[in-house]
Amino acid sequence: MFGAGGGTSSYEEIEHTDLIVLWGSNARAAHPIFFHHLLKGIDNGARMIAIDPRRTESAAWADLWLGLDVGTDIALANAVGREIIAAGLTDDEFIARATTGFDAYAESVEPYTLDHAADLTGVPAEAIRELAHAYAKAPTAQLCWTLGITEHHNASDNVFALIDLALLTGHVGRYGSGLVPIRGQNNVQGGGDMGALPNKLPGFQDVADDGARRRFEDAWGCAVPAEPGWHLSQMFEAMERGDLRALYVIGENPAQSEADGTRARRALDGLDHLVVQDIFFTATAELADVVLPAGAAWAESEGTVTSSERRVQRVRRVVPPPGNARDDIDILVDLARRLGHDWGQPTAEEVWDELRSLSPIHAGMSYRRLEELGGIQWPCRDEEDPGSRFLHGRLWEDPPRGPKAPFTPVEHDPPKDELTDDYPIRLTTGRHLDSYNTGVQSGRYRSPRRTGGTIDLSPEDAASMGLAAGERARVISRRGSVVAPVRIDRSLRPGLAFMAFHYPEDVDTNRLTLDEWDPKSGTAEFKATAVRIEREP
Amino acid sequence: MTGRRTVEVDGTAVAIEPGATILDACRAGGVDVPTLCYLETLTPANACRLCSVEVEGSRTLVPACSRIAEDGMVIRTATDRVRHARRMILEFLAVAVDLTTAPELLEAMAVYGADPSRYGTDDGSPRPDAVVDNDLYVRDLDKCVLCYRCVEACGDDAQHTYAITIADRGAAARVATEFDVALPDSACVFCGNCVAVCPTGALMVKTEFDMRVAGTWHEEAQTVTRTVCGYCGVGCNLDVHVQDGAIVKVTSPFDHDVTAGNLCIKGRFGWTHVRAGVDGA
Repeated sequence: MFGAGGGTSSYEEIEHTDLIVLWGSNARAAHPIFFHHLLKGIDNGARMIAIDPRRTESAAWADLWLGLDVGTDIALANAVGREIIAAGLTDDEFIARATTGFDAYAESVEPYTLDHAADLTGVPAEAIRELAHAYAKAPTAQLCWTLGITEHHNASDNVFALIDLALLTGHVGRYGSGLVPIRGQNNVQGGGDMGALPNKLPGFQDVADDGARRRFEDAWGCAVPAEPGWHLSQMFEAMERGDLRALYVIGENPAQSEADGTRARRALDGLDHLVVQDIFFTATAELADVVLPAGAAWAESEGTVTSSERRVQRVRRVVPPPGNARDDIDILVDLARRLGHDWGQPTAEEVWDELRSLSPIHAGMSYRRLEELGGIQWPCRDEEDPGSRFLHGRLWEDPPRGPKAPFTPVEHDPPKDELTDDYPIRLTTGRHLDSYNTGVQSGRYRSPRRTGGTIDLSPEDAASMGLAAGERARVISRRGSVVAPVRIDRSLRPGLAFMAFHYPEDVDTNRLTLDEWDPKSGTAEFKATAVRIEREP
Repeated sequence: MTGRRTVEVDGTAVAIEPGATILDACRAGGVDVPTLCYLETLTPANACRLCSVEVEGSRTLVPACSRIAEDGMVIRTATDRVRHARRMILEFLAVAVDLTTAPELLEAMAVYGADPSRYGTDDGSPRPDAVVDNDLYVRDLDKCVLCYRCVEACGDDAQHTYAITIADRGAAARVATEFDVALPDSACVFCGNCVAVCPTGALMVKTEFDMRVAGTWHEEAQTVTRTVCGYCGVGCNLDVHVQDGAIVKVTSPFDHDVTAGNLCIKGRFGWTHVRAGVDGA
């Protein structure tokens, strides 16, 4: 946010904050050790408010749970913003010194009265009011979220709605107050750091910035396109149009992880050439023309990853890759050589040092310092710089440095997959504690807690459908259907069903989901599918 | 509570910060005090008393791990009375518990001249077998010294799952799940944070347990390499233990502020995909 994509705070801060708002996150299951820090905060006296359609094992720790309907986050956030303004609880000094666009924002949230928002979200007006007053009055507050916010067709707008609340109340840029997106994968933050984004060079430097591009062109001796590339969802559309004919997939299993899996497979099937580089023969690899066996990055290669608190840490080769598997750098360098470019035989550290020479926010992070300090949080601009515990402290300096932070008015826009009489149940997806994504890694250890793929129903819905726990049901969306055993889950309200997506060999959940995606981030709306559920004979 | 204070440890003045314990003062003064139930990341349970010291003016011995040091305190760690207490604590533990996988305690027994045989030899009464009720970790109550570390780690000090506590009293006291059910039927989430803090091997990851049974566990031949977990985006540091080119165990460093030694089930146990399908794994 505010230019560079990364959470503003350190985990340590949630231990010392006054209010924890956990919005669209089941961190207890999906980010268990982050939740340890959160629990320390509760033990130290913080209040916690959870916002989630499900009363998850995370929400069970909250003082207040707002069980909103799936995809109504903006309506809720805007009502919170309106109430903070109406009650005179804004941080006017911060708004004046550090932000722009307040008036337009105030006007945009005006229609979102508590009662109107209660109608849109299903959350009682009094609970929305309590969230607004608690957040505005807390001396410090951490606003945390995960994929419940970002796996929607309007993901970026959801995030803007939350950022607006922090700007209204001055809950950013101070120790204990911040905006905390917890990342789903061990190096999704690092991927962004390294420029694996369609519009960014490493270090979040914009491809449209002539000066930045020239530095990379000088270092690499080639031209860098000034136009943004495609993000993942755009790539799949380009495959369907026939504009994208060859695909090189590294460490990803889109045949099972993409929304609307049937359509995704069709697109992958239609390619002229598919190369998959992975540690296992995944469902995507089965479709490939060439498979390049790679080492497991976290245990069979040297390098760095970046965590959700912007901390760059070293991964190390613990064991050599097995058989013919090779290190990712080794494969890429060899591939470049076959394509006529001799990149030599760089070590991971040499690759990293080149990155440091081009990305100012990583410049001070030598391997030696990463080792000594147990990781460093960016920005870290030189070898004297200890790194940055939290971001945007500049907004509180006198006078504030740098550009002001803009309010971004956003409007409620319900999920694309509409509920109708034929598809009356809202299905949302998420993670189980002991499993991970499509199960490529986590499916290979024996967990006593593993339930396998189930269709989780509220007790009320299960009763009205005449389904008992363990009975098999067919879950049908507008795109496909899967069969799964029924699990009764008291954390669900009537009309809301839940499935994990870890067991695609048995229950391929993403055959159901819709690939309506957010135009800004490219993320699909995994969290909101319309389904009906029938007993499977 | 501001300003440093000074205590005397075995005749030497030691300056300490407010809130420091007697144990902190001893360590700051370079004086070794043995501990068993104490661990930096846990609230002192005051269960074992192995760290007992003499404090001038105190009628009884004082547990160094939990007693806050006061300005001017005179502490003695090596008196006959202290050594005698420690020796008897170790002897009482050793007659009742299998300490074969507790090297630090065995070392302490040698230091304090503990001789459990003076209380008689093993009477042959049945001792509990190790409980193997899941694929991830094993409980051997014959090795348990009831130090409470696992209970604290499962509870308020880290995991907040509260799957285990001490059941019964006296000689029947033991660490148990609710209603003594098997671990897979309990509230346990298999993070293994109890295993990580166990000082005696009463809790042991299954890979280590199996290799010890087979006689193939060779700690001296193992390497430990620090890396970062490959699952979610929290960035937990892992210490990966390798023997003969294969991962045999994963732990987390207690002195790293992200994990403080704790992990989730995926981080601690979800590593078997590395080299899956090769070397007969």
